[in-house]
Amino acid sequence: MRKEYGGTIAVDDVSFEVGRGEIFGIVGPNGAGKTTAVECLTGMRKPDGGRIEVLGLDPNRNGDELRRRIGVQLQQAALPDRLKVWEALDLYSSFYDSPTDWRELMDRWGLSEKRGAAFENLSGGQKQRLFVALALLNEPEIVFLDELTSGLDPQARRASWNLVREIRDAGRTVVLVTHFMDEAEMLCDRVAVIDEGRVIALDTPRKLIGNLEVESSLSFTAANGFDPASLRNLPGVMEASREGDLVVVSGSGSLLAPVAVELDRQGIQPDDLTMSRATLEDVFIFLTGRNVRD
Amino acid sequence: MKALYKMTVVEAKMFLREPMAVFFTLAFPVMALLLFGNLFGGYPVPGTDLRGIDLYVPAYTGMIIGTVGLIGLPTTLAAYRDKDVLRRLRATPLTSTTILGAHVLVNLAATTVGIALLLVVGKLAFDLKMPEAPFSVAAALAFASLSFFAVGFAMAGLLPTVRVTSAVGQIVFFPMLFLSGAALPLQTLPNSLRRISDFLPLTYVVELAQGLWIGEGWNWFAVAVLLGVLALSILVSAKTFRWE
Repeated sequence: MRKEYGGTIAVDDVSFEVGRGEIFGIVGPNGAGKTTAVECLTGMRKPDGGRIEVLGLDPNRNGDELRRRIGVQLQQAALPDRLKVWEALDLYSSFYDSPTDWRELMDRWGLSEKRGAAFENLSGGQKQRLFVALALLNEPEIVFLDELTSGLDPQARRASWNLVREIRDAGRTVVLVTHFMDEAEMLCDRVAVIDEGRVIALDTPRKLIGNLEVESSLSFTAANGFDPASLRNLPGVMEASREGDLVVVSGSGSLLAPVAVELDRQGIQPDDLTMSRATLEDVFIFLTGRNVRD
Repeated sequence: MKALYKMTVVEAKMFLREPMAVFFTLAFPVMALLLFGNLFGGYPVPGTDLRGIDLYVPAYTGMIIGTVGLIGLPTTLAAYRDKDVLRRLRATPLTSTTILGAHVLVNLAATTVGIALLLVVGKLAFDLKMPEAPFSVAAALAFASLSFFAVGFAMAGLLPTVRVTSAVGQIVFFPMLFLSGAALPLQTLPNSLRRISDFLPLTYVVELAQGLWIGEGWNWFAVAVLLGVLALSILVSAKTFRWE
């Protein structure tokens, strides 16, 4: 698909396919065109070019029919200030032919205590949970979640991740839009990495990370005199360097076993050993030369 | 239909939880009636067997219709748009017709209650003369209301933000209130100002309501003017409506 706003290209060339029952991530920095892509997929906006098919429907021509079968949590949305939680759920239920029982959703998403609270008095996390509950009222075949965990504290974010897995386990397809790379890596079966309106990578997080030359690194401190050059010829090692006491070894695959064997052979006792794996964040940096939050 | 019904009920609750809207639609016209009715309502209208109060009540219906159409409805709608309430609704199968329909029904109900209060207070406090042709009066007021609601929709569509919409609504409404006969009898105005009245749509609401109320029949010129306002506003609303 492709979408311009008065000369500014929001979505330049975005193509992907989402399989039934998967959690598909659309990731990338703010302003990459993620939200515009979701708006086109849900028929809220008309793309300038390309072809979109969702559940066999053209979102642009059969938008109403499509929106009966999907659920959408938007990054940017609100309810009337003085609308109460239960009233919102009850109202939105009336938009669908055979909605699920909203009381059950209210329980599941931890909103029962707030059932009589006005929208304006809810916390960010409570509003977010209410919007997810609203998106699930019609037992949708696909759920679009746009920046689900933005503005949530770390604890609430983790709780949300579990709830997203629950949605998928209930047999629904989830399209998760996020600028949090860790979130995409944790949750998504496959991700499309979008930057400046283009898909720059599309695969499972594991494969994307596996394609990096440097996918893991290992660091430790060693007493003076240790020469890291002796590690460079080990299998998988691409780089080994030393700064003061700290030795950093990077490469692909599991570096731990060969490095440990070599250190042991030399009689070196490594301290403060830490291993780190490359993340989706590193994939983005590798592909764009930029940090996601730059 | 279920969605329209729920939406209307919810919007009615939102209206009742908005003290300013309740005050200006329901309380303020009654207060004005009590004040001016006590001051001037007892004087006979020259050349008729009517008293001032018999003209005030139909005139104040114009006050209600004007405040709902020019301030209440467009401000609510613009706020919903600016705050992304409409954006959320757009992600559902709900059509814009249902949303606008609910707003029409709620505002029609609010206007009806406001007018009913005027009638009750007018009857109890001043022994108001009830309309000669109650069904015609009801039909005329409903028609005038729709015409002004359409103006409200057009304003919400034309003006950029809720702040501007609310400001323009008040700038248009308050002078119109005093120059249309909806608050003060036009006879009390100097001729120069009365010429302005001829160009204000609210003047024709007041003339239409008063004429039917005292048994003078339909003022077809007023009907034509309001029909023009209705048609033009619907056209503008349809062209300018936006979800966000």
